Amino acid sequence: MIKYGHWFLALLLSCASVPALAENDQANPDFETLVQQLPQGNLRDRMATIEALVSSDDERLLNLLTALRNNDLLADDGEPPRVARRRDGQVFDVLSGELLLDDTVETLSRVPVNNMMRRQLQTTIARLSLNNDSPQVRYRAVRQMISDGVDADIIALLRERDEIETTLLVSNAIETAFALHRLDSDNPQTRLSAVERLRGSLESEARNSLRRLAENDEVTEVREAAAEALQSIEGRVTFYRAVESTLFGLSLGSVLLLAAIGLAITFGVMGVINMAHGELIMIGAYTTWMVQQLFPGLIEWSLLIAIPSAFVVTALVGIAIERGVIRFLYGRPLETLLATFGISLILQQAVRSLFSPLNRSVTSPEWISGTLTINPVLSITYTRLYIFIFGLMVFFALLLIMKKTALGLKVRAVSQNRAMARAVGVRSSWVDALTFGLGSGIAGVAGVALSQITNVGPNLGQAYIIDSFMVVVFGGVGNLWGTLVSAMSLGILNNYLEPWTGAMLAKVIVLVLLILFIQKRPRGLFPQKGRAADG
Amino acid sequence: MLTQRLLTSDRGGMIVLGIIAVALVLVPILNMTLPRESPFYVSNFTVALLGKFLCFALLALAVDLIWGYAGILSLGHGAFFALGGYAMGMYLMRQIGERGVYGHPELLDFMVVMNWESLPWYWQGFDMFWFAALMILLIPGLLALVFGWLAFRSRVTGVYFAIITQALTYALMLAFFRNEMGFGGNNGLNDFKTILGFEIATRATRAGLFVASGIALILGYLSCRYIVTSRMGRVLVSIRDAESRTRFSGYKVESYKLWVFVYSSMMAAVAGALYVPQVGIINPGEFSPLNSIEVVVWVATGGRGTLYGAIVGAFSVNYAKTFFTTWSPQTWLFVLGSLFVLVTLLLPKGLVGLFNHLKRKQREDNPPPEAPSEDAATIKSPGGAA
Repeated sequence: MIKYGHWFLALLLSCASVPALAENDQANPDFETLVQQLPQGNLRDRMATIEALVSSDDERLLNLLTALRNNDLLADDGEPPRVARRRDGQVFDVLSGELLLDDTVETLSRVPVNNMMRRQLQTTIARLSLNNDSPQVRYRAVRQMISDGVDADIIALLRERDEIETTLLVSNAIETAFALHRLDSDNPQTRLSAVERLRGSLESEARNSLRRLAENDEVTEVREAAAEALQSIEGRVTFYRAVESTLFGLSLGSVLLLAAIGLAITFGVMGVINMAHGELIMIGAYTTWMVQQLFPGLIEWSLLIAIPSAFVVTALVGIAIERGVIRFLYGRPLETLLATFGISLILQQAVRSLFSPLNRSVTSPEWISGTLTINPVLSITYTRLYIFIFGLMVFFALLLIMKKTALGLKVRAVSQNRAMARAVGVRSSWVDALTFGLGSGIAGVAGVALSQITNVGPNLGQAYIIDSFMVVVFGGVGNLWGTLVSAMSLGILNNYLEPWTGAMLAKVIVLVLLILFIQKRPRGLFPQKGRAADG
Repeated sequence: MLTQRLLTSDRGGMIVLGIIAVALVLVPILNMTLPRESPFYVSNFTVALLGKFLCFALLALAVDLIWGYAGILSLGHGAFFALGGYAMGMYLMRQIGERGVYGHPELLDFMVVMNWESLPWYWQGFDMFWFAALMILLIPGLLALVFGWLAFRSRVTGVYFAIITQALTYALMLAFFRNEMGFGGNNGLNDFKTILGFEIATRATRAGLFVASGIALILGYLSCRYIVTSRMGRVLVSIRDAESRTRFSGYKVESYKLWVFVYSSMMAAVAGALYVPQVGIINPGEFSPLNSIEVVVWVATGGRGTLYGAIVGAFSVNYAKTFFTTWSPQTWLFVLGSLFVLVTLLLPKGLVGLFNHLKRKQREDNPPPEAPSEDAATIKSPGGAA
């Protein structure tokens, strides 16, 4: 397995390096001196520093200024001072990007900003974001302007950008801003043409303005046009809401898939009821946290380091469990269930005693935070997106291992007919240990992904164990594709129910539906056929 | 005739029942008559603790009846226990009346907080004890009937059954955590005042509850003995050991399993109902899957498929739990976890099996003059049900 593990990890790593990692270490001496000047001097000096910073044209600039405006910029009184910014409750050095520990953070204090400076920052940030390289940042900037109210200055700024804008999302938003500006015109013809223009816009401000116009405008023609435009927009909004719901469902489904896929190997293929599966996920999540503690300077790379580490750590724990306990209990599933449940209690308590009963916060690297906006009503966070892609990658990697490698062949042979497999020379006990290690390792990898969206604490695993079993049983034991389909459909179902019933009741309803489903099809959606079914 | 059938050839059971009967008489007397200084004085805390253990033993008995004799492993029996407890809790809450914090004659405190206009329909009738007592049996029984009927009919067995029962109790826990359910949400039901007109916190009431739990346990034990020594008990054992063969021999396996499952759920509910007034609170945590699995460990530790083993297991594991959680709370989960692993690996017949094994060995070393009477109902190999 170790051999295949390497191959598998190499695949993961090569795929996962697609996101553009923020290159923080490119030196820009001007920028660095200026940043260190920022906390010093009187207000006038510092406003001048900001002006100078703008011309330095460094890509960290936007984050720096935004932090300053939001009171998230910190500095100490060293010479030169250390400048840091707070993000998601944690503090990073601005220049090195390093995660700062609590005792360093205590020496820092907030860099003060007054109203005049804040106004300067506001326009600077708007101009900077409007000309940022990323269309997402540009779009958010336009959107911010629309919601702050559009005046002649902003129109001039936008017109400038409109000339060179190439991304449809951004130029549409700019058009909307123009049209919203024209809505206030005294000329009914202008207003009418603006309404026509807004017909295609999904911005919530556009809808609000149209609603106002449909009720209050003095010209009947404009009122009717606005009402009609509003109606066509509402239709599209409903459509995109449904798309968004489905996407969220898929993303929830991919979380379920990640949690359940290791179980699909240990339970589905080997038939071992491993109640400690959730705790293996938890160990994977804790490995991520450990990696970040060990390498505070490599936060951006921490997940890519954590994936192979978590795989190795949990695979070893899994092999130890298999060799130490489970192998004595093959053929006695109920006893296996109880013994592995005991192991799960021991692991939970071990984590509680070793680290702390409190949750640990795992930092998200910058490249997976943020939101991808497709249009004003349809947006998805990068975390969800990456977890979805990652879930599918793990799934297909596993599928390849099971179908195309010698290990996979042996695993399937042993699970179908142990005696016959041994007769033709398969070392079944060795295969058992490796298969269990593989399933456990994948649970650990799932833990790395889950550490990005949930709290990392001793109870992390318990939250997923029942869901994972449900996914595997629903999909059909021993069928990887079934696991994929069942995870995704459960995710979508849960997500459609949630707005009506609330999160908890949705979960209850899904569980009850599953229990009823198992009555009808005790062997799941895609039952195994033929000889394997009798095993 | 009946007593002979129930008690002869069940020496272990007789010893355990004897100890319980003696304790039922002695403990309240020692608690109420002796002065505090006396070395034989039994503290109120101990009475409450032992009363709790008696309820746990009844719950373990219910699990052993279905797991040890019919091979049905339920990881959701805590759900029936908690439902029985909630039904009792509802009666006790209605007894509070105007003594609540808000002094509302009908609405409970948490309902007043949530601005409810009137008592929900499912709280009606719980001010009468006979109705509550009926519901303690009926609600869990009905749930077990519907759930068991669905499960056994489609031949969900073994591990699958275990997992869906666990999902059942998990779903119930989530549901009871919701405030809108009208069962007090997170806080559950607590702050009880009286039961059947008696102050709940007095020494005499506590002793009464203790005795009631003990009597329930003895009656539960005898009824289980009645079931397992009957013809039906033998069918159950054969279902456990060879389900398909029993079905092919013409027995309606589903009906047997369903009947015993419903009966066991009601026993669990009675245990829960007696437990709640003694601990003074019931909250959704009782539904947590861990509780249900712990019960299975009591049975496994004591010795599965012996009935009295379940009682021994419930007492010994819970005593250990009390000891470890007061001595060093951190170690308890380690001990419990190791217990799961060690009992399944090394002690498949539990403490009772170990004890019998030692006794047999001793007997082999110096053979007694008379032939020992072999226990007809004791199961020789409780491992084959999986």
